[in-house]
Amino acid sequence: MDDILLLDAIERYLSGEMSPEERAYFENLRNTTPEIDQMVVEHNMFLHQIADYSANIQIKQTLHEVHQNLLERGDLNEGGTLSTKGKVIQFFNKYKRVTAIAASVGGVIALFISGLAMYFSTAVNDPKLEQLGKDLEVVKKNQQYQGNIINEVTSKIPINARLLSGGSGFLVDVKGYIVTNAHILKGTGAIVVNSKGKEFKSSIVLIDHVKDLAILKINDDEYEAIKSIPYTIQKSNSDLGEEIFTLGYPRNEIVYGMGYLSAKSGFNGDSLSYQIQISANPGNSGGPVFNKNGEVIGVLSTKQAQADGVAFAVKSKNIHSIIEDLKKSDTAFQRVKLPSKSSLKGVERKVQINKLEDCVYFVKAYGK
Amino acid sequence: MKGDTNEQALLKGLAHNDSKAVETIYKDNFNMIQTFILNNNGSYDEARDIFQEAMIALYEKSQTDSFVLTCQIKTYLYSVCRRLWLKRLQQMGRFTGSVDGFEETVAVEEDLETHEKRNAEFVIMDRALNSLGEPCKSLLQGYYLKKMDMNALAAEFGYTNADNAKNQKYKCLMRLKKLFFSQYNIGE
Repeated sequence: MDDILLLDAIERYLSGEMSPEERAYFENLRNTTPEIDQMVVEHNMFLHQIADYSANIQIKQTLHEVHQNLLERGDLNEGGTLSTKGKVIQFFNKYKRVTAIAASVGGVIALFISGLAMYFSTAVNDPKLEQLGKDLEVVKKNQQYQGNIINEVTSKIPINARLLSGGSGFLVDVKGYIVTNAHILKGTGAIVVNSKGKEFKSSIVLIDHVKDLAILKINDDEYEAIKSIPYTIQKSNSDLGEEIFTLGYPRNEIVYGMGYLSAKSGFNGDSLSYQIQISANPGNSGGPVFNKNGEVIGVLSTKQAQADGVAFAVKSKNIHSIIEDLKKSDTAFQRVKLPSKSSLKGVERKVQINKLEDCVYFVKAYGK
Repeated sequence: MKGDTNEQALLKGLAHNDSKAVETIYKDNFNMIQTFILNNNGSYDEARDIFQEAMIALYEKSQTDSFVLTCQIKTYLYSVCRRLWLKRLQQMGRFTGSVDGFEETVAVEEDLETHEKRNAEFVIMDRALNSLGEPCKSLLQGYYLKKMDMNALAAEFGYTNADNAKNQKYKCLMRLKKLFFSQYNIGE
């Protein structure tokens, strides 16, 4: 209680709210008691810290708003309309060195690839790792449970098919392309459910077991494309200690989790993924991992069985490469385009989640 | 000179977080920086990050009592961005040996050191605030950041009167101070 009174006095003293007599008395006290003098100095410094911190948040907010305004008015240009010639030259300049180096070491690397591929593909089957796809029983139970509440809606799973596993996924193109983990898709097809509980039919258009990634395409007349996706898929690697969060469906409801990036490689040094510290449960598999700016940095995939909170996420640059693979596989996919603008930087977390949850889906795989 | 007084007015505006001034500086300089970053291995997002970081450094500089800018705003921002970008490239291991761009530069190393130190302090404050938990965090944010009145805060959080809210605020503040200084002193 005394501490609080003293703190109150110091704060009033510093902000000049004291009456002249009280002020004189307090200054006398400061002179005679070094401890109080020290507290005043310390508190003054602390208040300045808070004021600076607050100013920093405000200027960041202003910069963000100004940037958004100028973009809308077309005073700034963030890609798209540069002349093609300039772009090609820029591209060449940007990568000529890299290309030269890559070409010279490519031969050497090729010799190791087969060995490495073996090594990585076995990693997922390691008993020390748990894939985060939900097993049949859990999904079944949830399915029944869901059936109980919304009994008027019939499921879009084909009548003679069985539900095999479930997980999460997220949009990478407004046309209905969803990225998820390959290990979730155990059966012959999948349906996806949005955060409001609405089901859509979808088909598996690409599956890559080495990267443990897959792409689904929603094929449903009831699907209404959202205007734009509010996040970008990061191409570069993220830094250690970066704050991250995830959204996924370990239950029938969307669940938020938060943590940090704890290592730049995954299980046993797997360089395709990150180690992250987050509480992940079966069903979180395939869910997006966002950095604090709301950009996708990975896809949550496995967790270490014997350790608490240790999970692994496939790095987001692999999404870029499977989208390239997809484009090459069929001309029908030429127009798939990853989102290019993130609009969630500097925005409060609650608002970020509000915008993000529409893009995260519950994936249910079924088979005969 | 007319140009000079104009720039002075802009800097004054920036120091007060005036969005009109910020917008003018932004519009006049962003494209140059964006071109520079794009030509040197960077992306649109990175250009925005670097430019905003430089704007914050200039903002912080404009806050100091002894503030004088001995060069044009453009030159200063370009120098800071160039420095920041080189550093970022090196950290990411994407540095290819040379950076193109032939604008005039001024020495900004000292300013950037102060800027980085402050950034580190903000991170500590951020972490301290976030580990406080509710309602402490929102209460302190309301009072010190949003500058809300004690009565309004009491009403919002459901305290019976302003004195009780104030009491609680001080308790929270003491915890925040403890958290902050424990980290801050390690940082030193």
